[in-house]
Amino acid sequence: MKLEVMRYLPESDPEPRHQVYEVPYSDTGSVLEALQYIKDELDPTLSFRWSCRMAICGSCGMNINGVPRLACRTFLREYFPGPVRIDALAHFPVERDLVISAADFIAKLESIKPYIIPRVERDVSEGEYLQTPLELEKFNQFTKCINCMLCYAACPQYGIDPAFLGPGVIALAHRYNADSRDGAAEERMGQLHAEEGLWSCTAVGYCSEVCPKDVDPANAVNQNKMASALDYFLRFVKPGDKS
Amino acid sequence: MNVRRPYVRRMEPGWWWKNAFLLRYMIREMTSLLVAVYAFVLLAGVFALSRGDAAYRQWLDVMANPWSVAFHGLLLAVFLYHSWSWFEIMPKTLPQIRLGGRRLPAAAITWGGLAATVACCGILLGGTLWLTR
Amino acid sequence: MAHPVKRSNAPVFWLLFGAGGMLAALLGPMLVLITGIAAPLGWVLPPDALSYDNMLAFSRNIPGKLFIFAVVTLFVWHAAHRIYHTLHDLGIRRNRLSMGFCYGISLAATLLAGYALVIIGF
Repeated sequence: MKLEVMRYLPESDPEPRHQVYEVPYSDTGSVLEALQYIKDELDPTLSFRWSCRMAICGSCGMNINGVPRLACRTFLREYFPGPVRIDALAHFPVERDLVISAADFIAKLESIKPYIIPRVERDVSEGEYLQTPLELEKFNQFTKCINCMLCYAACPQYGIDPAFLGPGVIALAHRYNADSRDGAAEERMGQLHAEEGLWSCTAVGYCSEVCPKDVDPANAVNQNKMASALDYFLRFVKPGDKS
Repeated sequence: MNVRRPYVRRMEPGWWWKNAFLLRYMIREMTSLLVAVYAFVLLAGVFALSRGDAAYRQWLDVMANPWSVAFHGLLLAVFLYHSWSWFEIMPKTLPQIRLGGRRLPAAAITWGGLAATVACCGILLGGTLWLTR
Repeated sequence: MAHPVKRSNAPVFWLLFGAGGMLAALLGPMLVLITGIAAPLGWVLPPDALSYDNMLAFSRNIPGKLFIFAVVTLFVWHAAHRIYHTLHDLGIRRNRLSMGFCYGISLAATLLAGYALVIIGF
């Protein structure tokens, strides 16, 4: 089967190009395995990221026939008889071949404080923070995010304007905001209220479509729009206003 | 040798054309152009109404023109697509809804919304018939 | 946080967009069918359904007036918000000019509808 793989060697290529490789086809072979075959048997200069091979590390995201997918859970059989076109994950700067720079995503992720900031500090001697199944369910699906950035590659708004905070980071902000143990929602919402926060989203919904973990980031973004809009008006009448 | 020269790819102008999902998104957004046209058709009618019988009669004549009726056939298709696409995306735009301890499935929200459209359209038609009986 | 961020005024327009979109989704098809097809062709409805006298009476009645005002203006605001963002999608980045154009027309349409409905009388 033919694979058209995007190549970009910053020391010699002025811009990305595509190189065709012939890989052995099998019903159970993944795109990641095909890339590994190329690197081991045909061309050791090909660079790509991977680690777990089982859709949990989030490293091998790439655009496969134009669709952002994890190479490890995408099978050659879906594209038989080929060819398959493989590009570096869309919208991100390309470092080399299929390796993109995740610096922007990481900076945004850090900026929303993706960790629990306890509402009430408790000492270990006081025991654990208790949570009902219902409280868990409010944020559980958003904990499934593996930071694979497929949603960013799917999002045209991020592609048009990379200042947009983006689906994944907003889903993770919501994951902590919706957690009953957390008390820092107001701090995180500051960024979400901005034009580059929630309001760059036009509810395309493609982020949720490509998400390999069914996080449904579009839902996290859009249910916060209503909350943000209410806060926009209610902040004037809320007691103890801070803005 | 360590050469870092990240290559930034720009969005192609026709980005929405190459992917069926994004094409459907763009069609959904484009319905707004015809929603605007229809709003201005109604606005013209209201304005004509405020100018008196003769002006309003002119508006009615334009509305009765076969081209106008055919154009409203197109508008009808566009509005039906608007209703469909509005409720199709609704499961993603609403907060989680729980009924009897279970999360309401996406299909229930979409079809519930479309059922509401059928009901509201029925009420509107019934109301119009009742007012003009 | 990395940069100080400015709160967006989008909620104002987004709520109008949402209200208009919901109204269009629920009533749009039947409104188009009645005003643009059934009434002009005399289908189902009596031939004078949209006559001057009928519509004048309807628009002089407060609920009727509000209904007309809501439909016309919210449809316009709904469309304007989407068009503003679609221009952005098609390469005309969100800017003051495109915003002023889209929302300015909506504001003008709102004022015109309000003016017409007021001078129609009560």
